[in-house]
Amino acid sequence: MPIKTVYKAQVEYMQILDENGKLDEKLAKDTLTDEEVLSLYEQMTVCRQLDEVAFRLQRSGRMGTYPQNKGQEAAAAGMGFAAKKGVDWLVPCYRENLALNMHGLPYHYVLLHWMGDERGNKIPEGVYVNPIAIPIGTQMLHATGIAWAFKLRKEPRVAVTFFGDGATSEGDFHEAMNFASVMQAPVVFFCQNNQWAISVPREIQMNSETVAQKAIAYGMPTIQVDGNDLFAVYKAAKEAVERARAGGGPSFIEAVTYRLGDHTTADDARRYRDPQELEAWMGRDPILRLRKYLTGKGVWDDAKQAKLEERAKTIVQEIVKTAEGIEKPTTDDIFDFTYATLPAELERQKSTMRTSSLGQDPAQAGLRDMGTATHGHSAT
Amino acid sequence: MTATREIQFREALREAMSEEMRRDERIFLIGEEVAQYNGAYKVSQGMLDEFGPKRIIDSPISENGFAGMGIAAAMYGLRPIVEFMSWSFSLVAADQILNNAPKMLYMSGGQWGCPIVFRGNDGAGGQLGSTHSWCVEGLYSNVPGVKIVIPSNPYDAKGLLKTAIRDDDPVFFLESERMLGDKGHVPEEEYTIPFGQAELRRGSWDQPADCTLVSFGRPVNFCLDAADELLKEGITCHVLDMRTIRPLDMESVVRSLKQTGRLVVVDQCWPFASVASEVITQTCERAFDYLDHQPLRVNSDDVPTPYAKALEAAYLPNKGKIIGAVKKTMGLL
Repeated sequence: MPIKTVYKAQVEYMQILDENGKLDEKLAKDTLTDEEVLSLYEQMTVCRQLDEVAFRLQRSGRMGTYPQNKGQEAAAAGMGFAAKKGVDWLVPCYRENLALNMHGLPYHYVLLHWMGDERGNKIPEGVYVNPIAIPIGTQMLHATGIAWAFKLRKEPRVAVTFFGDGATSEGDFHEAMNFASVMQAPVVFFCQNNQWAISVPREIQMNSETVAQKAIAYGMPTIQVDGNDLFAVYKAAKEAVERARAGGGPSFIEAVTYRLGDHTTADDARRYRDPQELEAWMGRDPILRLRKYLTGKGVWDDAKQAKLEERAKTIVQEIVKTAEGIEKPTTDDIFDFTYATLPAELERQKSTMRTSSLGQDPAQAGLRDMGTATHGHSAT
Repeated sequence: MTATREIQFREALREAMSEEMRRDERIFLIGEEVAQYNGAYKVSQGMLDEFGPKRIIDSPISENGFAGMGIAAAMYGLRPIVEFMSWSFSLVAADQILNNAPKMLYMSGGQWGCPIVFRGNDGAGGQLGSTHSWCVEGLYSNVPGVKIVIPSNPYDAKGLLKTAIRDDDPVFFLESERMLGDKGHVPEEEYTIPFGQAELRRGSWDQPADCTLVSFGRPVNFCLDAADELLKEGITCHVLDMRTIRPLDMESVVRSLKQTGRLVVVDQCWPFASVASEVITQTCERAFDYLDHQPLRVNSDDVPTPYAKALEAAYLPNKGKIIGAVKKTMGLL
């Protein structure tokens, strides 16, 4: 037989809670309890509120560029909840605020970061979250490295890395996936496929039917789930985390979702997106669908909703107050945190910065110290 | 006995890594062919036997990959040594080594440091063609947050590499494939060499001379040859081996200039926005009035590195070009 099939593969899609709030009871079995769903619903609502407020803060000049999470809360919640807080490590990009918060990072850190204060990435002790990664895809390799270390140390821990559909076009994606697969590192690659890499739609980014199928090339278990479905995300995430913890190596999850907001506050998606597409996805909103589900179960009503919304506002107000109340960084910080120990040349620039707007003016930066001030025309 | 011990440059590098690895369990070496094959240039020969595959790690051809994983390891408290077979290959890892390693500490408000050493062969001279002959010091020294070390001899290579491994910041350690076989005195006793301290290799701090030659890495040796040749004609030189580019010991440059009044910087990079340009700029900023002639640069020519042996030799800095530059500063040419 001169020609034969040497490899065959397929990709499964899973949805448990549909957009009308109808649950597939069989698939939902042993996933989330009612209390857990309620708690996650509340957290998603707070996260959404934070997002809205952050957007307004940026518009009024109180925050730098901010990427909204809107529409992707179920993905962050499901993955974040499946990973074990205080044990597993989250290695984020920048659109999973809720997952970071669930693992112990106070929200005002996230705001602080986007307000332009690097101390927002100074993670509190005992919180296993990496700094937010802005270059696209680089954090996937960090996750693989961390996971590999867990394996070498025989620690039953898992690294979870978040990235978007756009990041799978980067070389880092291939290298991280290949390494993780070769080393059988306990890492979960969690792709939030929100359909858009800034203004480039998914079908122009890649010619593959799914993102999930890319993992097949690395011999990695892979699945596509409805990313706006908390149950499906959680179920897939839990399986992947447990497999990794049990020594089963890396897994890939494609959470199909949608970026309801702009790429960042520096973007205006109306210029390139079909309003009908946006509207269709509004109907699949992960928070809305949970509300329908909870209401249908009789554990939620309008009065509870109104109370929750009020509470979310208060919580977010407090977060903003905390973030804005932190003393602004001084110019010393930009020198102090460049090297572990301040080099002499930076020490000079640092002291000049404090006393003069001239910054690196050579006369100020060095001449006096070099003992040449008395020689010739040097300014002193 | 120890005073006469001479070893190769590659052995000095190996000793530095092995001694540090015996001292500190957090250190590991990762790169292409570093383990089973004993290193593409035999720098890590025998290290797999001593330290085992958990600490001497063969990687797939994936520079961005192992650079990135090394960075994560460093952030979490390990002390990785990442070998690039050639620094030319580091270009594909630029996002990791330039955009992550040197910014991690700053971007986390001082929390996530990155104590990692990237090392490998840098520079032309081995007929490796244009794509494999990069001198990355010109490119990378523009980036704050990194330290750049570029030794010219086995003694410095060992002492500086030990310091690099112990350093809490990312260090780019640039070796030269052309020098790995060079032999030099390396004592058996432990020593380290601090960063940011240039070494005066010809001349004396308290003796005036005709010209200061500033260089780093392999071209330091060309400067020494040139200085010896010039001495036969009665022309005296200070030869200052910078040893590290970041930090850059400008104090020593100015100190020497005060004894000579003339400056020639010899740099194997391309001239445009090179380290030589930086040395001259800072000299003008700090000590302009000590200059009796405009400072000169001897760089490689501003073209892709030629493949042909004779053309490559013509393109690089060499003794003849250096002698010419020194004489020009003295008005002799």
